[in-house]
Amino acid sequence: MKKEAISSLLARRLFLRRLGRAATCAGAVVAAGAAGIVQQVAAKNGPAPSRTSFPTPDYDWTKHRWGFGVDATKCIGCLRCVEACKRENNVPLTAHHFNTWVERYVYLEGESRARIDSHADPVNIAASGSEKEYRFANRYQDAKVEKAFFVPKLCNQCTHPPCVQVCPVGATYKGRDGVVLIDAKYCIGCRYCVQACPYGARWFNEAKGVTQKCYWCYHRITKGLQPACVEACPVGARVFGDLNDKQSPISQFVRNNRVQVLKPETGNEPNVFYVGIDKEVN
Amino acid sequence: MEPFIHYAPFTGWVYPNETVIEWSVAIVVYPYITGLVAGAFTVSSLYQVFGFQRLKPVAHLALLTSLCFMFFVPLPLLLHLGHPERALNNLLTPHLTSAMAMFGYFASFYIVLLLVETWFAFRPHIVEQARQRTGLLGTFYRVLTLGSYDLSEKALRYDRKWIFWLAIAGIPGAHGLHGYVGFVFGSLKAREWWSSDLMPAVFLFSAIISGVALLIVLYILSCLLRRIPIDLECLKGLAYTVWGFIMVALLLEGLEFANIVYKGREGVEMIIEYVSGPLLIPYFILQFAIGAILPLLILSYIIWRGTTGKALIVAVTASACLVLLSVFMMRWNVVIGGQEISKTGKGLLTYQLQVLGKEGLIVAILLVIAPLVMLLGITRLLPPWVHAPATAPSLHAGTR
Repeated sequence: MKKEAISSLLARRLFLRRLGRAATCAGAVVAAGAAGIVQQVAAKNGPAPSRTSFPTPDYDWTKHRWGFGVDATKCIGCLRCVEACKRENNVPLTAHHFNTWVERYVYLEGESRARIDSHADPVNIAASGSEKEYRFANRYQDAKVEKAFFVPKLCNQCTHPPCVQVCPVGATYKGRDGVVLIDAKYCIGCRYCVQACPYGARWFNEAKGVTQKCYWCYHRITKGLQPACVEACPVGARVFGDLNDKQSPISQFVRNNRVQVLKPETGNEPNVFYVGIDKEVN
Repeated sequence: MEPFIHYAPFTGWVYPNETVIEWSVAIVVYPYITGLVAGAFTVSSLYQVFGFQRLKPVAHLALLTSLCFMFFVPLPLLLHLGHPERALNNLLTPHLTSAMAMFGYFASFYIVLLLVETWFAFRPHIVEQARQRTGLLGTFYRVLTLGSYDLSEKALRYDRKWIFWLAIAGIPGAHGLHGYVGFVFGSLKAREWWSSDLMPAVFLFSAIISGVALLIVLYILSCLLRRIPIDLECLKGLAYTVWGFIMVALLLEGLEFANIVYKGREGVEMIIEYVSGPLLIPYFILQFAIGAILPLLILSYIIWRGTTGKALIVAVTASACLVLLSVFMMRWNVVIGGQEISKTGKGLLTYQLQVLGKEGLIVAILLVIAPLVMLLGITRLLPPWVHAPATAPSLHAGTR
């Protein structure tokens, strides 16, 4: 009788121990799974999973890490970059669709805030005579200008792109080489990514029903060429290259300058590095 | 053919690509009708789960209202998409980091739940009709019975159990569906006007008041059309519900705005300029003053004075209409307002509402009316009042 009682006690203990172990294991699995999901859903999500090259056959996107530099002290606001980009990438010739644009910041004497415009401003379009031509009107010629400069803008190909995070179908994704791409055959045209981009880099192509943006002329850089805007810039205000190559123009640009990024507080970690911008540039 | 686009005029400094306002009135209507779904379901749950007996006359109407509006929830989204034929990608290959990817699942789950609950709720009526009617309509009801003709007390008890648990499951379902809509906006850090942790809760509570307000109007209309007396106890119950929830909604909306202003982050000057300029009427006057505070005062007064009779009916109905307006304006002020404030924090845009087109005013109005037309049709087939007669207690036994 006593023996029986002891053995049943042992069996119960054994059972409880096993139950405890099973529960611990299950808990661990759930915790690991939850941690995985949380990590995946967080804004700091990883790069696209596939390793296959795209789109050029002999291009390996695991071997590059592209970067872009803008030296605002050099930009003269000639807008050749904008024109080159529009032609190269078939961007609609309107004042409302740009992969890249240039902003003008002017501080007038006695004013504490900059006056800001771009070539898409109605006054500047009136000066050029057409939406298809790009010019900055000489609107401050009679004013006393204290300080003025131009700032070229383009997609920042953020390390943690909010546009990629919000895409409901995964049509936009971050390549292993750092460029944020859009699969136009998969995009459903909801424009959530347009809303999510804090830089206003994305625009909707009404004719194609999909979102578009600057992708640093991916069709060119994967063949060893420079982006069209970089090639067109007459003063070298735009710098492009591979950050993996220590001797590339962009590596030197980042190394030799104290560079800034736009809206760092968003946590997006942009990959367009600026030199010579002012406090009001965002 | 050149696409038909309208550009938004602007003042100050805005990014060039921002001059096309991408989320139109269709995206205003979408959270509005989703909110009506969640709100109407709340009324049904208050009766089915929480046992608010005085809401019995509208419980089934609430369920049907929720169902009819839910059918039209995906439509404004489909009209908005650049490639609606790819909409199913959302379900087939959801991108799990996107709040929007969850829509398909929430919506599908919820439609199925509503259909099943409606079926259980109306089963006695369906069986009755299937036995009595002949012809096409008879066949329709016979198909609807799904082969189940058992109306014994045991079977009905079983039905009630199902309704109870479905209603319980529906509470997180309906509110999850709408809370997620709030998250779609609140989780975006690009826009100061949207980026708020309170957004899901703000959406949820405004949804509840809009749904209850809609039921007040529908109930009064149905009584007038059917020439039956209005159950004042039921109306009071609905009025109390709006009154209670409107205070929470107001508090949350007020807190959200106070947070933006008090934190005073970059771009707040532009927000203040915006709300005190172009948004003054839509935001402070229509959404807050006339749409929320006025009905709150009216309802408080009638509750305090114990108003009854015709005065009660008029006051509650008027308050409900105002609440419906307020919630629509809230959706408008969030969706359109958020896009009218530039991401630069240094400029304002003006949305150009189109009358024609698939994202125009006419389509938007039709989108709100269509569920009501469907409701009118469906109440002919599944009368929500047959099995919930408030005025004849003797009929209560054996039915729900």
